[in-house]
Amino acid sequence: MSGFDYDVAIVGAGPAGLAAATELKQLGIDRVVVLERAGQAGGMPRHCGHPPFGLREFCRVLTGPSYARRLVRAARSAGVEIRTNVTVLAIAQQGGLDLATPKGTQHLRVKRIILATGAREQTRAQQLVPGLRPVGVMNTATLQSFVYLEQLKPFKNPVIVGSELVSVSALLTCLRHGMRPVALVEPEPHLRMHPALRIAVRLLRIPVYLGAQIAAIEGDKHVCGLRISIGQDDLMLACDGVVFSGRFTPEAALARVSGLGIDLGTQGPRVDMHGRSSNPHVFVAGNVIHPVETAGYCWAEGRRVAAAVARDLSHAPAPQSGLHIACGDGVSYVVPQRVSPRCEAVLNIRTQGAAEGRIVLTDAAGTELASCRVRAYSQKPLRLHVPTLPDLSPGHVLQLRLQRKGHDADPCA
Amino acid sequence: MAGQIATQAYPDTALAPCDVAIVGAGVVGCAMARRFALEGASVVVMERGADILSGASKANSAILHTGFDAPPNSDELACMQAAYDEYMQIHQRVNLPVLETGAMVIAWSEEEEDRLPQLLAQAQQNNVSDACLLTRSQVLDREPGLAPHARAALFVPREYVIDPWSAPLAYATQAQSLGARFVFNAALSAAQWDGDIWHLRSVAGDIQAKTVINCAGLYGDTVEELLLGQSSFQIRPRKGQFIVYDKAAANHLHTIVLPVPNERTKGVVLTRTIFGNLLVGPTAEEQDDRDRPDTTTPELEGLIAKAEELLPALQGMPVTAAYAGLRPASESKAYRLHSDRARGYYCAGGIRSTGLTGALGIAQHVFNLWHAGHQVSGTAPNDLCWPVMSNLAEHRPRDYQKGGHDGVVCHCEMVTRREIEAALNSPLPPGDYGGLRRRTRCAMGRCQGFNCMAHLAKLSQGRLRDDIIPQGGE
Repeated sequence: MSGFDYDVAIVGAGPAGLAAATELKQLGIDRVVVLERAGQAGGMPRHCGHPPFGLREFCRVLTGPSYARRLVRAARSAGVEIRTNVTVLAIAQQGGLDLATPKGTQHLRVKRIILATGAREQTRAQQLVPGLRPVGVMNTATLQSFVYLEQLKPFKNPVIVGSELVSVSALLTCLRHGMRPVALVEPEPHLRMHPALRIAVRLLRIPVYLGAQIAAIEGDKHVCGLRISIGQDDLMLACDGVVFSGRFTPEAALARVSGLGIDLGTQGPRVDMHGRSSNPHVFVAGNVIHPVETAGYCWAEGRRVAAAVARDLSHAPAPQSGLHIACGDGVSYVVPQRVSPRCEAVLNIRTQGAAEGRIVLTDAAGTELASCRVRAYSQKPLRLHVPTLPDLSPGHVLQLRLQRKGHDADPCA
Repeated sequence: MAGQIATQAYPDTALAPCDVAIVGAGVVGCAMARRFALEGASVVVMERGADILSGASKANSAILHTGFDAPPNSDELACMQAAYDEYMQIHQRVNLPVLETGAMVIAWSEEEEDRLPQLLAQAQQNNVSDACLLTRSQVLDREPGLAPHARAALFVPREYVIDPWSAPLAYATQAQSLGARFVFNAALSAAQWDGDIWHLRSVAGDIQAKTVINCAGLYGDTVEELLLGQSSFQIRPRKGQFIVYDKAAANHLHTIVLPVPNERTKGVVLTRTIFGNLLVGPTAEEQDDRDRPDTTTPELEGLIAKAEELLPALQGMPVTAAYAGLRPASESKAYRLHSDRARGYYCAGGIRSTGLTGALGIAQHVFNLWHAGHQVSGTAPNDLCWPVMSNLAEHRPRDYQKGGHDGVVCHCEMVTRREIEAALNSPLPPGDYGGLRRRTRCAMGRCQGFNCMAHLAKLSQGRLRDDIIPQGGE
């Protein structure tokens, strides 16, 4: 045991990281530490002052902050050490960690690492949104940290851009705290959320603009408007803030600077069925590998990856192996990107835009291995169950693609 | 209007008129204030924005140029080279970083390759004697990540990367410590020359000065017109858009990559930043509007395509920031360095693209011009106060590496609470969110304030001229 500070270090104290740490302790792993760069553990749910959280984990409906507190409590009572205000600067090839702590920098020697750094919404810069750069442009989680963490209202009448599930959170956060959104603007021709929620949005009586391209953010010092164009029409929405909601991207900077293999589809670390990255010492769980799933999904995944890590600790670190899955036509990403022959697998898939048709997994020769019918709005989480993967030699590449059945109509309308 | 001014009671009438009023606190205005203060002049700087560097100076490519490709025998070249020397003399005393990258002007086509000897000759003529030609294999040895169709290059070893905001802040801070006064939100609205004294008006108060130095950047021509009745030049803003890549991208390039200039444009530069990112830009787009440095999606996509073409490893690399700046170009390429001594007027205008490099030299040049006709009212200080800037450069020790920093506020750029407080409590504190970002790097990273903007709003509440939340956010 000598020479190591911990058996497992987990980077990120959100639902995936805390669940993994708790599970490791429950599986009898001795020294488990969670490293969290924020001043408090709990991750993104801390920002979300609304239900529903915790159904799967605690069989109750909780708000984000109280859910986060419960996860932290569960981890602590299992014997997990949680260190806050600690930033992991880099992961060494052999698995060590370089840390920045309130006392200065530090190197940590650990046997395995679980990366659970989560995801964030894409900034306007990443989306190459045109216009000026006034103050008052932010993401949903930033709006929530203004309201829930700092008790500040960043604006009075924002425009919400994007219509994934999180946009409802943005709308409700505004309405509950005395801000009245001017409009919900979605570049795609459909709302990118579950049909049941579309009714909820209508009931809020916020004007919704679909198929609206952003022509420019306007404002010298502070935001004064958002210019959009719908077809041939240009429209100026007077507002004092713009919230870019959704379009999540993994918080994968640490993975990138540490040289982990990055998947072009997810923009997060490439993983195999056990959550192992391209570095045999490093496993990955949570939204850093699949932007984006619910807290409950990440929690369950954290536990699964913890179990794999606990097994892995009994032998020397082994590299990723198995069959590679390549995303073809119509498929935005698949997780994991590598699967083991002869095993059962559930693939987590996103399509490119709204889709109706079949998702098909084939081997290199084109033989169908598994398929499922899909009728999905853009970014809808899809699962493909593969009962038994074929007994092919490692290095073999499987193909995943969407057979479309016409894609002009909104399949969920 | 002018008549009214003369009869107004000025807030500053108790004070004697200052030796120089500098209009504009961009990099040139800041360096000007420092130079005049160092020489013993009394200085007031009027800035229309809420902070220094609110105009053209906030967006540039942050390169310290040798002047190898500047027009031979020009004021621009002389100013750049004098400034280069002064920067290298003072940078350690004020703790300003230099990243010694060198630059390669890379030829990507036969036609461009044919032009390299000419560029080398120009570099030699400009006394950049260490410039040399590199073969294709030398280029790729130096930068293995570059696209293989690189053919040859002119290597200029002393082109360096610097901190584009800490440098002018250091100049301004030193000027202020020597008595220069900075007035913000003070756009010049009227001016009158009474034969001895300039009476200058702005919403922030009135100022009397024996001479005026026009460092108004994008408004250089309108300020000259306001002062003299007409302007000898016309600003034609040229927009430059930039893309900043995340830090992981910087591992793929070490040397500044410059294009072979053609008739139309100097072309797109690919360079590390002092902060550890990778920068690509600028575009060069003529426009009339001086207030509209807006980004446009097709041009940004064009920059990304260009960057990926030159450095294929950038494919799929996340973008950290996209921004645009307006360069105060005029109808000719030359700097507009001129004066009307009888009316106490001096101009440093049309500094279109080399302002960051040239500022210290422009200040020397204008001071010498001024000093030929005017005397400073004070004496040059013997005991100089050298501000020590906090280091934001990635390759040098950062504040977070030392203990006791009270927590990291911005995780993307690793900015500590101690650094934020130091900036807010500094002698020349930030005037707005942009100023706070430029002084500390906070919210400048990949998440663009996703995680820290609310915390910053709280920390800076009531402490900026222009608050992050306009109405206080109650």
